[in-house]
Amino acid sequence: MPAFRDIVRRIDSIRNTQKITKAMQVVAATRLRRAQAAVQATRPYSEKMLEVLQTVGERATEYKHPFLVRREGKRAVMILVTTDKGLCGAINVNNIRAATRYMNEHYTEGQRYVTIGRKGRDFLLRYRRDVIAEVSGVSDRPTVVEVLPAISVALEEYTKGNTDAVLLCYSKWISTMKQESTVTVLIPAEIPHREAEGKGPRADYIYEPDPESVLDGLLPRYVETQVFQAVLENKASEYSAKMIAMQNATNAAGDLIDALTLYANKVRQAGITTELMEIVSGAEAMRASS
Amino acid sequence: MKYPLRVVSVERSLFEGDVEFIIANGADGELGVLARHAPLMTILKPGPLRIQEVYGGPEQVLFVGGGFLEVLPDRVTVLADVAEHAEEISVERAEEARRRAQEKLAGTLTTAEETEFQNALAMAEARLRLARMRRG
Repeated sequence: MPAFRDIVRRIDSIRNTQKITKAMQVVAATRLRRAQAAVQATRPYSEKMLEVLQTVGERATEYKHPFLVRREGKRAVMILVTTDKGLCGAINVNNIRAATRYMNEHYTEGQRYVTIGRKGRDFLLRYRRDVIAEVSGVSDRPTVVEVLPAISVALEEYTKGNTDAVLLCYSKWISTMKQESTVTVLIPAEIPHREAEGKGPRADYIYEPDPESVLDGLLPRYVETQVFQAVLENKASEYSAKMIAMQNATNAAGDLIDALTLYANKVRQAGITTELMEIVSGAEAMRASS
Repeated sequence: MKYPLRVVSVERSLFEGDVEFIIANGADGELGVLARHAPLMTILKPGPLRIQEVYGGPEQVLFVGGGFLEVLPDRVTVLADVAEHAEEISVERAEEARRRAQEKLAGTLTTAEETEFQNALAMAEARLRLARMRRG
């Protein structure tokens, strides 16, 4: 039977761990709120961007930007978004699994990756996948400038004709309890059709310099915006998952402390009982001999 | 006459409100937009975006590092790549960026690199001009 002191020491150690997990939980909750605000802040831009693209797309119908042309072929570049740090549940594992599975199912002839986040990079390198660009250490308030290099590499590969598709995998934030690993096709780009507003096509613009140049400028930005939003949303998912993971850890530590406290009391009781027995039997023996 | 203007960048919304006149740095030169301007879609070059809530009145200046300007009959939108309020511009950082871009341009470059650094240089210079304008 372990000594009472040893159990108490163990309880203290677990209590310290619990304090840490509790603190991490609170920090994750605050950061989650900030990440959600950041996701919200990109909405006006992306909505407007889509609206303009739809209008321009309706005008410049004869012109086909390369990003809109479907290519037959089974080579792809996957932009995989993961976190830099661990302790956030299963979201990285899920993202990596979703990404690699999708690649294996659809793109068998050339699989290359661009990673945003340390975890994805480390995993893919360990399994000797072809990582052509990586960005890690993205700050807690990501800026477009931080993630742009990774995106440019992927877009360049497509423009050069080295790949037939550019994909994106990230963890979609659904609720604090639920995040979903999602794979989307960035290129060839699919511009969702505008819902019929009944107003008919809007008055045409004057284009400066011309519709083609405008479309050329808009499309890469549209793709970049999607990736940037994915990075932000992945942040929100990361902190949600971290919050839940840390809450579970805090609860588990609590349960362990309860169980160990009970055990410690039993050990102490047993010790006292044994001592009492010894005293009593000692006294009995003395009386018997006198 | 006023019209609603909205300036958004990917990271945030910079301006939202009714204005009478704006001056932007378009692909084909500077252009001013008053109410009832013809529908227009233009690429913006790095430079200041001057906003006058009252025509000829006090001006609010934003720095826009390229983007798009959309003029519709009922509203005007600026989609900015990078945008900041003029007072947020750090002169030292802009100087530094300009110096770097110039150095890079002095070396041998591929066409893609050259475009990239030309852009960087244009951005830095636009920022500096704007910062000087405010102080001068």
